Amino acid sequence: MRVLKMACCLLAMTASGKTPLQKPPVKEMGRTNPYETQPAAEQAGHKLFLRECSSCHGTRAEGTERVPALASPTVQQAPAGAIFWVLRNGSLRHGMPSFAHLPEQQRWQIVTYLKSLQ
Amino acid sequence: MQVVCIFLLSLSFAWPTLAGEGPFFVTYTHQMEEPGNLEFGVKNSTGRPVAGNRFLGLTAELEYGVKAWWTTELYVEGQSTHHDSTLFTGYRLENRFRLLEHEHWINPVLYLEFENINGADRSLLEVVGNDGEDDLMGLNAMTREEKKREIEAKLILGSYVHGWTIAENFIAEKNVRHAPFEFGYAVGVSRPLALAARPADCAFCPENFQAGLELYGGLGTHQTFGLGSASHYLAPTLAWNIPNGPTLVVSPGFGLTGQSVGFLFRFGVSYEIAQFARMWRKRS
Repeated sequence: MRVLKMACCLLAMTASGKTPLQKPPVKEMGRTNPYETQPAAEQAGHKLFLRECSSCHGTRAEGTERVPALASPTVQQAPAGAIFWVLRNGSLRHGMPSFAHLPEQQRWQIVTYLKSLQ
Repeated sequence: MQVVCIFLLSLSFAWPTLAGEGPFFVTYTHQMEEPGNLEFGVKNSTGRPVAGNRFLGLTAELEYGVKAWWTTELYVEGQSTHHDSTLFTGYRLENRFRLLEHEHWINPVLYLEFENINGADRSLLEVVGNDGEDDLMGLNAMTREEKKREIEAKLILGSYVHGWTIAENFIAEKNVRHAPFEFGYAVGVSRPLALAARPADCAFCPENFQAGLELYGGLGTHQTFGLGSASHYLAPTLAWNIPNGPTLVVSPGFGLTGQSVGFLFRFGVSYEIAQFARMWRKRS
């Protein structure tokens, strides 16, 4: 049953043609992270990640059966602006809510943390 | 009994997360409950009409994220009036639907509610029509006889601008049996005390606090539409999201018109369990 559900998810993503990280407009993808590689922002981002994201994506961003891992090459190679855009808009069709209620600074702190994951 | 045990066990293993519609009691923002998350809380209001007894309106709420674009909620209400009685006053069922997929400058959400309450209700979750101080003064034994089965619709408009949350709600309500259509409004602005998070874990970090202001009131009926004959309130609010704990909210409200209660004090606590549905499935 699980395999069937995962297959359906993959099929839906394939049918839509794009993963959430490939959807952002070019202008958004080009945005730069004001906190890039700052250790304090990375630490704050880790705190926010545990609070806001880890219940779905796992405490080490390893993902679960239904939710993608964020400590993955796809996320690491994605532009910071694309991750920021997904945090702002969510991916409602795939079950990810919008995190626009977090101030922009906190979303960039989360992006900084995600980019630090190997 | 087994269901209760599973529920309590779920709570003991619960993964708390920040409860989150901001610091408002009446105004809704366009923020939806995360899918699978369950928030439970209480919203209470107390006040004293000029020619009546002090009351305490009690509301328990359960909010669940069905989908990223759909949130459903149950309210159970009661009240206690000094020198009178304490009673259960009814329940409400509501659903909120996010209408647009992505974030925009203004984000609309459609709110639909069925309420089955009686005339003794003091929850003050919204003000509509010509609601005023008079409605809060009757004896419970008499007012409870008035049945209110109503459908309520709200258009919620929300925006996030440079750390500020701005929300406007337009309310229309009608008793299922008779006229009139009643209208109301609520607007709110809020902002965290700090926009960036501090690296250290701390309960009193300024980013854990949100201060805001809400303004709400009635807009009359379809026959007497306008601001003049209803009550209106202006209420500063403050919320404290305790990390890995509940959210506490307090709000003193000030009546702006002769029909309003002079002073209302609201306080609430909420707690959110992340991925409640997944835990429930695993434990059962």
